[in-house]
Amino acid sequence: MPHRTFAAFIFPSILAMLLFITLPIFSVMVQSMFIEHPAVLTTVENCGPFGGCTTETKVDTVAMAKLKAEAPMGQFAGLANYLNHNHLAIDDLREIFGTKSGFAEKVSSLMNLPFYRALAFTLTYCFVVTPLAMALGFCIALAVNTLPRLMKGPAIFVSILPMIITPLVGSLILSWMFNPEGIFGATLQWLANDPKLSLRASPVLTWIVILTYGVWTNGPFSFVVFYAGLQTVPMDTLESARIDGATRWQATRFVIIPHLMPLATFVALVQLMDNFRVFEPIVGFSAQANATSLSWMVYNDLVSQDAQQFGSAAATSVMTIIGVLILLTPVLIRTWRDFNRKVA
Amino acid sequence: MRRQPAGLRTLTTAFLTIWLIAAVFPFAWTVWGSFKVEADFFSRQTWWYAIEGLRTTQETGGPFTLGGYEGAWIKNEFWKPVINTLIVTLSVTGISLMVGTLGGYALARSGHRYAFWVLIAALVFRAMPHITLVSGYLLPFFQLNIWGFLPTTIIVLVAINQPFTLWMLHSFFLSIPKDLDESALVDGCTRFQAFRMVIIPVMWPGVITTGLFSFLLGYNDFAVTSMLLRQENQTMIPKIASFLGSIQNEGNVMFAVAAVVSATVPLFILVLFFQRQIVSGLTAGAVKG
Repeated sequence: MPHRTFAAFIFPSILAMLLFITLPIFSVMVQSMFIEHPAVLTTVENCGPFGGCTTETKVDTVAMAKLKAEAPMGQFAGLANYLNHNHLAIDDLREIFGTKSGFAEKVSSLMNLPFYRALAFTLTYCFVVTPLAMALGFCIALAVNTLPRLMKGPAIFVSILPMIITPLVGSLILSWMFNPEGIFGATLQWLANDPKLSLRASPVLTWIVILTYGVWTNGPFSFVVFYAGLQTVPMDTLESARIDGATRWQATRFVIIPHLMPLATFVALVQLMDNFRVFEPIVGFSAQANATSLSWMVYNDLVSQDAQQFGSAAATSVMTIIGVLILLTPVLIRTWRDFNRKVA
Repeated sequence: MRRQPAGLRTLTTAFLTIWLIAAVFPFAWTVWGSFKVEADFFSRQTWWYAIEGLRTTQETGGPFTLGGYEGAWIKNEFWKPVINTLIVTLSVTGISLMVGTLGGYALARSGHRYAFWVLIAALVFRAMPHITLVSGYLLPFFQLNIWGFLPTTIIVLVAINQPFTLWMLHSFFLSIPKDLDESALVDGCTRFQAFRMVIIPVMWPGVITTGLFSFLLGYNDFAVTSMLLRQENQTMIPKIASFLGSIQNEGNVMFAVAAVVSATVPLFILVLFFQRQIVSGLTAGAVKG
């Protein structure tokens, strides 16, 4: 295809991506170097008719509006947004590691810093949910594959529901059930014999429930992919394994799993990347007191209606993007190799 | 496969039963509960009330009530966000496909090295967390005075959706034999004519599958729609989120439950009719990718 035709065909698509994906990324990078204008304060002296004068400090809205109009991005701050208490918290880190405190104490004061708290949950979610969801998906695929033909359709239908559901809606549904007055929440209280047990009160329970939600909603994707992979397992290899006396377990271990391995790497990489963006469950479960994620931090900076903290949100965004890029590198290398193999 | 030994078969059946219940029970429970009053669905005594509907009978005279739906749809005008969702998702799907088929076709037929780089860039773009992009939109959109309008949100969602659409349609067009459009070129068609007359008639299976995923992206989105739309033109999902803040305090959680069930029903219908396409779409991405 000539260059000109190619350009004509792909132009709208490239334009959309440049304007609304590339540009915002640059905008975020620039914005992260700025902080909001500090409030301009004026002192007004109010003198009453009876002689007493009081001074009052007020925010000068006119001057603020003028400042905002002149420099909407705020003041240039360099890397201050990255290093402050709400992000990398360099000073706090120095203090935590400088003092002679125990390991547990260090961890707990680290977990009090907003950024590290969010990072810890995000990474835990990523690296716990991904393997568990894949294992679940693989087991479902094996099980569904043994069903008689007629029952496969309905089983697949039911199995993909948790994946297709809107993440916010799915997490809301589960959070209602885990409410202390909902079915699971009440049962948990009864099982633990602790009438005060609730998501709000117990960080551990919050983490477990959100991770469970993650496995529940991510499992079906692995299931669908592995199920499709199972249909392409070479029958003659299976047959010869059987003739050679392989047990069912050995056939699974040495024929089916190696066959699905490339698929598994693909699923793992995609899911790691996607789970790093975990956001809706935090909102759905109202879990911010016990578990936050990087995406949620950005959202939280942006929703505070009176003073949206664009600089802070941008700094978190940039660090999130760096995280995604690190997770993305293996995918890129793989795609690169595939492409070169196809060309060669 | 050989017949499974009895022990293994029991194990498989048990596991599958547990999974299927786990997959469907939360939905079934919430749909059932949405026809009860709050004192039943969030019962302080026992969840058995939610099944029997004791309080519902006491309060409304029957074991089922439409109170939640009435509150959501009539009192809180849930039909407005429903219409907005309809506009947003249909436009996003339509525009994504229009733009994406052209781009995907070009990528599949180019053969130049830069086509590969476009795909790699799309892969990187697909990985970007949506909320980080949103934090880049807000300030410029305020400045340009385009924040809060449906068309802005639609264009943004189309753009966010492009990387995935391009990949999917690119691999679909690769599966259509090159000879088909090339013979049209030999017969004197321009590239666009060949696309219009030869490719468009055969591309519908791939387009429908891709369209389903575009639809789901628009429908399920929370990050973009909640940040880029005003209260008045919000879509369903951010509306449900804002219900939580306002309604939970007033003791009307059932409105939110009814709204959630209402938002889930279209997805169920979608899966019911397009299960095959959804499954094949997911696997095409994975098996070929």
